[in-house]
Amino acid sequence: MAVDKNLLFEFLLRQGDNALILGHRVSEWCGHSPVLEEDIALANTALDLIGQTQMWLGYAAEVQGMGKTADDLAFLRDAWDFRNVLLTELPNGDFGQTLMRQFLFDAFQSVLMGRLMTSSDETVAAIAAKASKEIAYHVERSADTVVGLGDGTEESHARMQAALDYLWPYVGEMFECDTVDTAMAEAGIAPDPSTLRDEYDALVTRVLTEATLTLPESRFAHKGGRTGQRHTEHLGHLLTKMQWLQRAYPGNTW
Amino acid sequence: MTRPSIEQVWEWLSTIPDPEIPVITLVDLGIIRDVAFDDETCVVSVTPTYSGCPATSMINVDIETCLRGHGLDKITLKQQLSPAWTTDWMSDKARAALEDYGIAPPQAKGTPARCPRCGGEHIEKLSQFGSTPCKAQWRCKDCLEPFEYFKCI
Repeated sequence: MAVDKNLLFEFLLRQGDNALILGHRVSEWCGHSPVLEEDIALANTALDLIGQTQMWLGYAAEVQGMGKTADDLAFLRDAWDFRNVLLTELPNGDFGQTLMRQFLFDAFQSVLMGRLMTSSDETVAAIAAKASKEIAYHVERSADTVVGLGDGTEESHARMQAALDYLWPYVGEMFECDTVDTAMAEAGIAPDPSTLRDEYDALVTRVLTEATLTLPESRFAHKGGRTGQRHTEHLGHLLTKMQWLQRAYPGNTW
Repeated sequence: MTRPSIEQVWEWLSTIPDPEIPVITLVDLGIIRDVAFDDETCVVSVTPTYSGCPATSMINVDIETCLRGHGLDKITLKQQLSPAWTTDWMSDKARAALEDYGIAPPQAKGTPARCPRCGGEHIEKLSQFGSTPCKAQWRCKDCLEPFEYFKCI
């Protein structure tokens, strides 16, 4: 079944922008991590995310059909054009908060990519197959670290619980379903995100229980990122750094 | 020049070292997926190891330089995503070369078989990541030396 190109473009932007914005956030740790191994791990995670961005936004640009590139989409759009979930644009906070955010996102990605690998769109399936190997590695590490710090010292436990309490209201947005998602589901390109919630909750609950952390009861969700309706104030600040070169020297190339 | 055979092109390609781990070649690594001629244009399909691996652009430059050096001037490099690269495609020769070089080769069980320096089997993981996207850091508890492990994906 043919799908509206504009809706497919929108879907691809959501995938690409999630990877891009989180990749940029994680890269902010470069040179600042608590120990060298963690610094390298975070830099590598960011690198994988930027690599996935190139695949998603590269395909988005192709579908858009206006002769643009992944770079154009990454560097020449402003905050209101971005379609990432709010979770990915939140500030890093401390190391524990960064890893908690990573885990909550990795867990979602690991569930989603498994489904996208059987997408009716060959390119989406190929990107998902490639990305899923990297994501499986990410979720293993972020889950291990969440358990290590949650079930760690009194101090690390308190920080991880605070991180979870702060981040949890941003989890619900990942499972939102709108006209874009419905169209993707009908065309067999992607699942309706709301159908992924049970699998996600099972994974997250297992890890957080092992981490001796308490899952907040409220299902309240901040929304507006993936539709572009209302980003947090943090995205604009992030973009001023990420897009600095193109803003200062428009159209400049290496 | 007359068009070289496909086998000849593969032979040329099999001399290009990986830019990060020069003891193995791009062909050994299994990232060159296909060589074909489209009319007079040589089309080489390359698959990335990791989606964000910074060596990818260097690898493309190396392939082009190599083929141009052998007189080919019409070259197209195609990125092939599917099927996704797996360490299963790495040749036995490459695995032995890696171990010899001090990098533990990938193992299906996901952890190194032994220390590539002393052969000791008492090893522990230091970090799931290393100096390149394809490696992790381990340590040998027998000889106490750290070593790199080529991740299995």
